[in-house]
Formats: sequence, C-alpha cells, structure tokens
Amino acid sequence: MTSESTTIVSDKQSLLQSVLPSIRQEWTAFQEQVRVVIPSKNVLEFLTACRDVAGFDQLIDLTCVDLLEMPGASNRFEVVYFLLSVDAGTRLIVKTYLNEPELTLPSATQVWFGADWLEREVYDMFGIIFSGHPNFKRLLLPDEFVSFPLRKDYPQQGRGERHNFPVITRSQS
Amino acid sequence: MPLELLDAPGLQENQKEGLWTLNFGPQHPATHTTLRLVLQLDGEIVIDAEPDIGFLHSGFEKLGESLDFNQYVTIVDRMNYISPLANEIAWHHSVEALMGIELTPRCIYIRTIFAELMRIHDHLLCTGTCVLDLGGATAFMYAFNEREYIYEICERASGQRFHTSYTRVGGLLYDVTDDWIAMVRKFCKNFPKAYRDFAGLVMKNRIFIERTQGVGVLCKEDAIAGGATGPVARASGVTRDLRIDEPYLAYDDLDFDICCAKGGDCYSRFQVRMMEMEQSLKIIEQAIENLPSGPIYNEAYGKTGVPDKTEVYRSIEGLIHHFENIMPNRQMDVPVESFYAATESPNGELGYYIVSDGNFKAYRARTRPPSLLHFALFPRMIRNCMLSDVVAVLGSINIIAAELDR
Repeated sequence: MTSESTTIVSDKQSLLQSVLPSIRQEWTAFQEQVRVVIPSKNVLEFLTACRDVAGFDQLIDLTCVDLLEMPGASNRFEVVYFLLSVDAGTRLIVKTYLNEPELTLPSATQVWFGADWLEREVYDMFGIIFSGHPNFKRLLLPDEFVSFPLRKDYPQQGRGERHNFPVITRSQS
Repeated sequence: MPLELLDAPGLQENQKEGLWTLNFGPQHPATHTTLRLVLQLDGEIVIDAEPDIGFLHSGFEKLGESLDFNQYVTIVDRMNYISPLANEIAWHHSVEALMGIELTPRCIYIRTIFAELMRIHDHLLCTGTCVLDLGGATAFMYAFNEREYIYEICERASGQRFHTSYTRVGGLLYDVTDDWIAMVRKFCKNFPKAYRDFAGLVMKNRIFIERTQGVGVLCKEDAIAGGATGPVARASGVTRDLRIDEPYLAYDDLDFDICCAKGGDCYSRFQVRMMEMEQSLKIIEQAIENLPSGPIYNEAYGKTGVPDKTEVYRSIEGLIHHFENIMPNRQMDVPVESFYAATESPNGELGYYIVSDGNFKAYRARTRPPSLLHFALFPRMIRNCMLSDVVAVLGSINIIAAELDR
C-alpha cells in the first residue's frame, strides 16, 4: 500500500535509522502521517528503541488487518502499532507483516503495559499469538470460541457458534 | 473464566491464605451496563481485581467492513451511546481525512457545537451517576434535567433524540434552523444556573470528598504507559488535549483552556470533568455567535454528498442525484491507503483507523476505544482500596460497555 506515498525524512526517522542500522526500515508517509514497516523478527527491538531513544512513551493503539482480500497484497496479516510521544505530540505508525503458519510476535507488554488488552483483543479477533504476554487468553469472546471472527475468511453471519456454547444452569454456577 | 483468579504476580502462596473472592456483575447497577469483575479481597480490602468483558460484543468492526462510509455512521453512534454524536463526528473526521475532503465553515461550526454539547452530555452523565453510585440521588436529577434538553437540541437538528446519525461524508444530514440556534442559545443561558446547583451539591460535599479523594489513584507514569487519554489522563497531570495539540474542526479559532488536575484520584477526575463542562459551554457560546452562513456541503465535493432531502422528495433531478450518489459504482473516490485520525471525545482519544482498498466501503474500520484502555487500568487503580471504592472508581473512569466491547 505504498502507491502514492512519498518517502519523507524526519528527525525520528534518522535517529531510529542511526541507532538500528541493521533493521530494514521502510519509511513512507500519507497526508503527513509517517509509517514505518519493519520485519516481524525485529519488532521488540524496534519498539524498545522507539520508546527509549525516540521518546514514544505511549502506545495509543494496536490492531491488525487481514490482507486476504486486499488486491495486490503479498502478505496475510499486518499488525499495526500506533505510537505517540506525549510531550512532543508526534505520532508514528509501526507496521509489520505476518504470514501463516508463523503467526507469532513478541509481546509489547514489557515496553508499554497498556499493550496487555490490545494484544489479547488482536489474538481474539485474528489469532495472532503474542509470546511473553503475562495473561494471554481471549478478551471479548468466550473461551469456547474457536474461530477468529475479524479474519476475512470468517462469514459475517458467523458459523453458528452460539448454538454450541455450553449451557450453565443455576446449580452449576 | 473460572471464578478463581489467576495468580496475581507478586502474591506468595502463604499470602493468599484468608483471601476471599467476590463476583461483581455482570448485572450490577454500578456497572451501568454489563461488565464483570472478579475481586480478590482481604476482609474489605481489594487485593486484586480481574475484569471480564465481552458481554456486549456485537461485532461492530466486522459490520464496518460491509457498510459504506455513510451507512456505518448508524453503527458508530451505538458505541458510546452516552455521547452518540461525538462518535459520528470522529468517524467522519477519519473518513474525510482519508479522502482529503474539506468541510464548509458552517458544517465545521455546527459539528463543533455538537461535539461540545456531547461533551457536556457525557460529563453530566458520568458525574451524575458517579454521585448516584455513592448515594447522592439529588445531584443526579439536576444533571439529567440538562441532558434532557440536549436531547431536544439533537432532535431538532436531526429528527432523532438518541441515535442521531447526523453527520455525512463531507457534510451533515440537514442544515440547522433558526429555532435550533435559539435552543442552543437558551441552553447556554440556562446551563450555568443548573451547573451551579449541581456543583454546589457535590463539589464541597464532605461525604463525597471523603469517598473520592485519594481513592483509585493513577500516577502520571502509569497513565502514559497504560494508554490513558482524555479526562482520565488529564486528572493525572498529563497536559494533552487533541483539541489544542492537533486542532481539528473549529477549535483553532476558539478560545478555551485545557483542564488538568494533579491528584490522579477519583476526585481529580471528577473535577476535570466539571471544569471541562465550563470550557465546553464557553466554546458553544463563541461558536453559536460566530456561526457562519452558507452551504453545509462543500461544492467541490457535491458529487459525494447526499443531496438535501427536500430536493430529493420534490424533484426528479434531486432523486436522480440521490440515486447516483448512493450507487456502489458511482460513489466517492477513495485512495488505496490507510489512515488513522482521532478526535478528543468526551471520554478520551477516539480514533478510527481506516484501511481502504479503493472500494466504497472500508476494508477495515478499527475503532480505538478510550474505554478499553481505561478499563485495563482499573486493576491498578483499585488495588489496596476498599470494596466500597469499586463503584467510585468505576464511576470516575466512565466505562461504557458498548464502546468497550464493540
């Protein structure tokens, strides 16, 4: 998705590139919003540098996009981190791509503890596993649920999971 | 989730002796909607809390992938239903930022007035029910009286009291009328008195202060690292407000202050919300006096706008225009891109991340719900507080389960 994007240079970009020269970073921008794509194996190292070196002290959001039906996409999942430097007010979007069967990323909870529920939600909806998370399980859906509903191959009407949920009676609860 | 808590970090086996577990919710008046807490207590002191959410999960983000940019507005106003229009404004703010659509001055000002009315609307509920949960029913009634009048203002503009679905890509459903302006002016005139009554009942009430001061403290470092935004972060000393730091709508032209507190406790969050209502009123007063005239749709983007309903129902050209604009193959030009844009909603930073594949629907419409990140901080706030403080902390962070679970 870099069709009309132009590469821009910013202070944070040159800083992060000079600190982590070994990591392949693809910097793009769309309407002045700066994004960087990094390989999934370097995520934790890069995010730690974002916090410690570049001063991005808040994780605003963490989400995932299933690129299954995206025309021209070569990867399956795109995990997106939205970073913010609270004092400077600058934002950065960090993206990484994942493909089956290697759907594992290191957990960012040790960098920002606010990643806790966001990672659980991404697992719940997309099935991305975050290794090293302190309390890793589904967040919104019940534990009996087996599918990952925000994947593009999951139908909007669902697969009738609710009919198969165990019934809890008053005496059991 | 099993009733027993997972082992809390740092809790030794011998420390767990004598603790008891209490299930709070999902149906409890103080949860306002449905959320569940499993509390681990030592006598009356909360040692740990584990929230269990998802009771209101309705797949809104999945629906966002099958509805077009105008249709999805009917879903987003069901997220934070305490301030529906704030969600609509945030959603279309993101869509317009993605497509690079500029709004007309009149549309910008009407949206600003509504955004601030919604802030008052939301804060009145939050502060009112916070007091109600702590046993003060009178102040709650004063707050809800004013909320009723804001519903009437919404009804006059959009025809709907609650789920207004008022914004459209590049404009608004209807233009506002002169009696709507008169209603907003009347609100500005009457609100200070109701606010004084409400604040007088609560702000110096000794029982209320003792129930909230020093309770549920969130320090500044935790607020930042945990992703807190909005009044919750500002009550902990973070001086960030998107209306000032990343100005959108008409906030650049208007004069107002950021409201902050240092305590980080329930009382500070309450204070910040009370002060923000005063500032919102100041913004509305300025905006309604400077409301520009002119169209609500930008002429340059007339192709994308939904035409005026009187034109649609009374002329064949208008009807054709309407059909042309809503046909899937004739809709607006969307770049194949992804964009994140956020607004300062009453509860905090409400952002939408839209990924587009050039279609008239979003490929992925991610909501960044402030409630989710605030509720994740709840166990930190409640540790070592009393059992009766649970409702005080819950009330002060204003959890809206529909937004939490989406």
